[in-house]
Amino acid sequence: MLLARVAGTVVSTNKEPKIEGFKFLLLEKIDPATMKGKNDFVVAMDTVDAGVGEVVFYVSGSSSRMTTVTDGKPSDAAVVAIVDAVDLDGRLVYQKDRP
Amino acid sequence: MIFGRVAGSVVATRRSDRVEGPKFLLVELTDCRGGSPGSRDFLVAVDGVGAGVGELVMVTQGPSARQTTRTDRQPVDALICGIIDLVEERGAVAFRK
Repeated sequence: MLLARVAGTVVSTNKEPKIEGFKFLLLEKIDPATMKGKNDFVVAMDTVDAGVGEVVFYVSGSSSRMTTVTDGKPSDAAVVAIVDAVDLDGRLVYQKDRP
Repeated sequence: MIFGRVAGSVVATRRSDRVEGPKFLLVELTDCRGGSPGSRDFLVAVDGVGAGVGELVMVTQGPSARQTTRTDRQPVDALICGIIDLVEERGAVAFRK
C-alpha cells in the first residue's frame, strides 16, 4: 500500500456501467520522510469516504477489488484507510488535524 | 519478495470493512545488505510476523500478499512475510541481524 494525499476528485460521465455511481479520488503520492507530495498522481476508488486534503493509503492491483465496494469492479486502485498518524524513525511525522 | 527495513508505523482507524488493523508498518525499501539504494522509497505493509522497527524484512507484493490466513481476501497488496536473520551473497555474508 502507498501513502497519498487526496488532491481532488475525478468526475467521469461516460464510463463503464459497472462503476457508475462510484466516487473517484485524485491521489498524489507522498514521501513519508517529508509528508510532501511527489507530483505523482493516481485515480483510485473510494471505500472509506475520504475527503480532499486527507492522508490515506491505497491498495493497487487485484487486491483493490477485495473490498465490498470494489468487489467485481474494474478497479486497480482503492483507498482503503484514512491515516491518523505516521511514525517514522521514532518520530511522529504526521498526525491528523494537527498542522 | 523485496528487501525493506521497518522504518515506522501508520495508524488508521477508519478503514475499509475488510481491512484489519489498526496498525500497519511503514517499510523503507533497501538493498540486500539493508542499505539505502539511493533515494528513499517507502510502502505501507501488513505485518504477518511481528516485525519491529529497525529490522530487515522481506515484503511480498501484489496478489501474493493475500496468500496467508490473516490476509486472505483482504484488500492488501504488501505483506511482511519474514524477518531476515542472514543474507549470503556470493559466499560472503552481506547482512547479519
